Amino acid sequence: MADYDVIIIGAGHNGLVAAGYLAKAGRRVLVLERRERVGGAAVTEEIFPGFRFSTCADGSGYLSAEVRRDLKPDLEILAADPVVFAPQPDGSRLAIWRDTARTAQEIERFSQADAERYPAFVDLMGKLAKVVGGLMRVPPPDLPDVGLRDLRSLLPLAGPVLSLGRKNVNQLLRVLPMPVADLLDEWFESDVVKGTIAANGVRDLTWGPKEAGTAYALLYNWALSDTGLFRSAGVVKGGMGALTEALAGAAGSLGAEIRTGAPVKRVIVEDGCAVGVEVDGETPLRARVIVSNADPRTSFFELLDPYSLSAGIVRHVRSIKYRGSAARIHLALSELPEFTALGGEDPAVMLRGPIQIAPTLTYLQRAYDCVKYGEASPRPYLDLLIPSLLDPGLAPDGRHVMSITAKYAPYRLRAGGWEARTEAFADGVIDTLAEYAPKIRDVILQRRTLVPPDLEADFGLPEGSPSHGEMTLDQFFHMRPIPGYARYRTPTTGFYLCGAGTHPGGGVTGIPGRNAARAVLEDWS
Amino acid sequence: MMAEYDAIVVGGGHNGLTCAAYLARAGRKTLVLERRHVLGGAAVTEEIHPGFKFTVCSYVVSLMRPEVIRELELARHGLHILPLQSAFAPMENGDYLAIYPDEGSTREEIRRHSKRDADMAPKFNQLMYEMAFAVKPIVGMVPPDPSRPGLRGLRTLRDLGRHLQGLGRETFHHLTKTMTMSVADLLDEWFESDIVKAYAALNGIIGTKLGPQSPGTAYVLLHHYMGELDGAFTAWGWQRGGTGGVSDAIANAARSHGAEIRCEAPVARVLVRDGRAVGVALENGDEIYAKTVVSGCDPRVTFRKLVEEKELPEDFVAAIDRFKFRGSSGKVNLALDALPRFTAMKDPALMQMIEICPSMDYLERAYDDASYGGFSKRPFLDIIIPSTIDPTMAPPGKHVMSIFVQYASYDMPEYGNRDEQRDAFGNAVIDTLTEFAPNLKDIILHRQVLTPWDLEQKFGLTEGNIFQGELTLDQLFFLRPAPGWADYRTPIRSYYQCGSGTHPGGGITSGPGRLAALEILRDRN
Amino acid sequence: MPRRTPFHARTAALCTSQNWQDWSGYLSANSYELDHMREYNAVRTTCALFDISPLFKYHVRGRDAGRLLDRMVTRDVSKCRVGQVMYTPWCDDDGKVIDDGTVARLGEDFFRLTAAIPTLDWLQDNAFGLTVEIEDVTHDFGGLALQGPTSRDLLQQLTGADLGSLPYFHLVDDKVAGMPTRISRTGYTGDLGYEIFVEPKGAEAVWDALVEMGRAYNLQPAGNVALDVVRIEAGLLLIDVDFVSSKKTFFEVQKSTPYELGLGWTVKLRKKHFVGREALRREKARGAASATVGLVLDILALEKIYAGYGMPLQLPYTSWNVAVPVYADEDQRNHIGKATSGTWSPILKQYVVIARVKPQHAELGSHLFVEKTVEGRRFAVPAEVVKMPFFDPARKKEMPS
Repeated sequence: MADYDVIIIGAGHNGLVAAGYLAKAGRRVLVLERRERVGGAAVTEEIFPGFRFSTCADGSGYLSAEVRRDLKPDLEILAADPVVFAPQPDGSRLAIWRDTARTAQEIERFSQADAERYPAFVDLMGKLAKVVGGLMRVPPPDLPDVGLRDLRSLLPLAGPVLSLGRKNVNQLLRVLPMPVADLLDEWFESDVVKGTIAANGVRDLTWGPKEAGTAYALLYNWALSDTGLFRSAGVVKGGMGALTEALAGAAGSLGAEIRTGAPVKRVIVEDGCAVGVEVDGETPLRARVIVSNADPRTSFFELLDPYSLSAGIVRHVRSIKYRGSAARIHLALSELPEFTALGGEDPAVMLRGPIQIAPTLTYLQRAYDCVKYGEASPRPYLDLLIPSLLDPGLAPDGRHVMSITAKYAPYRLRAGGWEARTEAFADGVIDTLAEYAPKIRDVILQRRTLVPPDLEADFGLPEGSPSHGEMTLDQFFHMRPIPGYARYRTPTTGFYLCGAGTHPGGGVTGIPGRNAARAVLEDWS
Repeated sequence: MMAEYDAIVVGGGHNGLTCAAYLARAGRKTLVLERRHVLGGAAVTEEIHPGFKFTVCSYVVSLMRPEVIRELELARHGLHILPLQSAFAPMENGDYLAIYPDEGSTREEIRRHSKRDADMAPKFNQLMYEMAFAVKPIVGMVPPDPSRPGLRGLRTLRDLGRHLQGLGRETFHHLTKTMTMSVADLLDEWFESDIVKAYAALNGIIGTKLGPQSPGTAYVLLHHYMGELDGAFTAWGWQRGGTGGVSDAIANAARSHGAEIRCEAPVARVLVRDGRAVGVALENGDEIYAKTVVSGCDPRVTFRKLVEEKELPEDFVAAIDRFKFRGSSGKVNLALDALPRFTAMKDPALMQMIEICPSMDYLERAYDDASYGGFSKRPFLDIIIPSTIDPTMAPPGKHVMSIFVQYASYDMPEYGNRDEQRDAFGNAVIDTLTEFAPNLKDIILHRQVLTPWDLEQKFGLTEGNIFQGELTLDQLFFLRPAPGWADYRTPIRSYYQCGSGTHPGGGITSGPGRLAALEILRDRN
Repeated sequence: MPRRTPFHARTAALCTSQNWQDWSGYLSANSYELDHMREYNAVRTTCALFDISPLFKYHVRGRDAGRLLDRMVTRDVSKCRVGQVMYTPWCDDDGKVIDDGTVARLGEDFFRLTAAIPTLDWLQDNAFGLTVEIEDVTHDFGGLALQGPTSRDLLQQLTGADLGSLPYFHLVDDKVAGMPTRISRTGYTGDLGYEIFVEPKGAEAVWDALVEMGRAYNLQPAGNVALDVVRIEAGLLLIDVDFVSSKKTFFEVQKSTPYELGLGWTVKLRKKHFVGREALRREKARGAASATVGLVLDILALEKIYAGYGMPLQLPYTSWNVAVPVYADEDQRNHIGKATSGTWSPILKQYVVIARVKPQHAELGSHLFVEKTVEGRRFAVPAEVVKMPFFDPARKKEMPS
């Protein structure tokens, strides 16, 4: 006798979204979370007394519009403009504004030609991103065996594809596998413009901008962002934890039960069917369907018994590339830092959104080159956020919190471990930052650094990969998480995946959770 | 204005000659015009030093389409390919990896480096054979235009779909992964020994400006596995007399069907009247008229030098200007007084193909060195000593050595003027090789050095790219050389393209030449 | 450079024919004399000595050693007692045969696997998540097969092990000629016989002792030509001839399942899991697409064909192993399979053939036709489906009374 219709393992944002949709469809849903709180990698933590940080996942504003519409989570997003503030080593700066014309004016300072091309670039990429956005919302067809059902599920793509126009269909196919550096070289001449945009093609990858597939990553960000551009800008009031709490609240009010501090040991499989879960020290819980929010490696090798998996699946899962390469550095600041590039402008306005230290394509590529030899970048690419500017409640009065995503910090260092290297890397980050904000050291009250092994230990992200597996071309669409099982189902009947390791991938989007819930419901009868 | 010829082929490279041979074979009155005094383009043999013949540019044969050999009866016209069955790759620690003609000896040799890899190697070759088999129909296919397929294109796409489904799921999944991965990642899934990986990786980087860790290189590896000799996939061979012998055989075939071939007849431009190609103007001012003009040159020359911009639509010009060349390889050819002595080589039978690729890091660093300009300080070298199997190449007891070198940049101003660049580059090659063969400098009678710039000057290969354009996913199949114009036609009526800049791309394949001729004949019927 | 087995100095001295072939990178004698018939007769009447060193050998040790093999092979290794040897195939996920070989249990958590093709990687891959140590010991042991009716008596003279109490498909560790060896009552001849594994340093001593003692027992060194005749008589399949490893081909048409190879008896679907189980379970329910059968050719009919040319009956002197068509009808219209190897059996006085045919033609007693080319013209020779092994002497398994 099943205790529940559905048990969801893991209360990350995708698990919660799946729970919300399944509860909404009338299923009795139980969510089991290992940790004492919901949210997975999307949490707000008071790392230093009075200072609250989005410790792991950042980047609000990516939660898909459908999820907001359908589940109505109670959250407040504080939008930022500019979308990017990019200080340059020479003291100049490029700001990207939501308004294309205003951005073009900024670009003019670096290149007249680029300023003229920027609107067309935004227009074309926006169109391509619409198709990518459509792709993200459909289950990948089971290539190469495309059935009628697959074709039907691809129907929502017809609109965006047709609106592309004939020539742009070819552009889409051409751009998807490109390096973002090549794409930008085709459009722009200014290194500043290229570096600023390219950073958004590599932020979620362990690659430099010259590697094929980074153009897709740019479009991925573009498709999800709430700015109409290549990245979102703004923060969730209360930090990322508020977002997942809102999702939990929404799922709860739709009838889902959520239990924290309940680590699932394994999925119970009888005759090839998942029938329940074993929770540490408790009687097994039974359900018709089990959905895992965990990453694919954990789902296949720990929740299921790898002994019974086919050799092919074992091989595919083992070869998933996780490769986290971003460190998170959190700073408690006594006051807002001064950036040379601000000139006389109001820092409270200019620094509200993301701040990028990514001056050129070459800078990014050189930062990446180190990874190839198992080294961390001495001059890293930095992505900064000072959320307390928009959400003062995160820090004591007049003080601020700054979170830095620093690349590249590979999970495995070839020479020695991270233990002895973490603080040196963080010092390098601050040194780099000091080139743009010379007095930064004077305003740092506290510093906390999390390198990929820390993210693995604290958040269960294998190899510190925030997207449960790299979002590379060989790990996307019908190959995500593994070829043959990209439709949220697994070889074990009744066992589904809903985490970022499934299509379309990472980011706090809720789309994998939503797609997975739809797959569960499709199979229900 | 009377058309004297049915067709004029601009450029007597192997593809131009192939195209001419097919046209002549179909009864078309055909003229080939070659700029140089010798036929073959980059597939050429020249006596650079008295008594010593150099395969100046390309040096091995494998990718030659078997249907061309058959249909043009090339064996009768002088094609004589000797298999290259062994390889020798010295390591920096004095050890080496050798490949022998028989599987057992090769396995035992690999076992010295890794027992597991010894088992995996034949299975890896099997997979590559399988992949090559899977893409074989694509190689022989005129690419359809997915945005405007037409009935014929739809049929092609349907056949392609069926073929891909027929491969079986595993094969298809491997194929899609291989198309997008880096060769380093691919090999990491198969092998553990670094030298085995480095040896296997070299075909993934030949001709590209990518390092083994760059995605897209697994496809380049696959491209090199598409070769067939006598029905055996993936075998490399040496044309008796050098690759110029292949061109001569094709030229003989063309002549036997009545084609006329003129050397030292450089074409200045293609004559276009009312949007139609009507002939060519030679550099000496002569004009020759024909019903059809075919260019075997690369896309940059074909569209940006031979015809005026006003004859072409704006977006097509933009697409051609976007087409990436990025030559990355050079060539050093040596006349030797004796055989070099490789410190690590014990078996003189291995003196055939020598690969300086001592480790994966070595290859990657070679790439890094040149990826921001300049050349690799310690380059990857792909060497053959053809005189050990072909006595026509050098006087008795003397030898010629063909050294293919990566990486080098087109412009290397940091080394001075072009002559100084060439010398510095040549010295780096000789110094590197001398580390492994200490007597080398003592036995050099003559050296010929070609940088990418030299390859452009000598062979008209833009930026020195040996494939007439990079083999990256965004420049393959229906995107080669430009979307909508991958079917060998051009925006100018009766003007066609048949070089390696078209599908299926570079290498001595004759594939573009044949497919172009078949399309031309189709239009005239 | 071909490898030489630990017995090479001895075999080379005896191999007057210089007739060698490549066996997994080793030089392997095809026949010691130009004619193989003395070697053949030794297997069936006295005893023959084969150098089987090139066989791939692996040691599997550790807590999960049995579980690893059970995941990999189709037979139930948990049932294999210490000292027992099991013949078994192993398959890929689709239930297609990769290879066959033997699993020997040397200790509670210690096994030896022999294989025809390199298998280290497959063992390692299947060991994922298990606590087990895998060692490729192919080069660490030379192997000899002593096969034939007098093999026991001969070997007993050289070892302290009680061979009389060693049952078929069991093994014992004991000295031969003072050298530590592993003796199993196994072989590839379908006769009474033993396989002896010895470390290279003791190899020549064991060979010499066997040959010396063998003088009294008419021992004959033998090679692959004789071996192929006797293995066909014994109905034993040969990789790359009667089936192709699914790791060596990606063409479905060339792959086969244990059921198709007549090895259904080795497939233990009761086991909870092994690689290929799901596919094989479905196949069993559905029925295999083909069946491996033994055929005996009607030599009287063959004689008539030759008579048509005014010739006497001609029979193959050695085995053949290039597949020929099998038909359901004499007119060669209804093609139902292929004969993969065949030989004239001097001891049975029958022309025996191993074939793979559609299952409806596989019943004992079915009458089929095998293509035979005589003087450049194809004929269909009648053949009858019979039980395999064709030759199955009681002494193979018997314990001496």
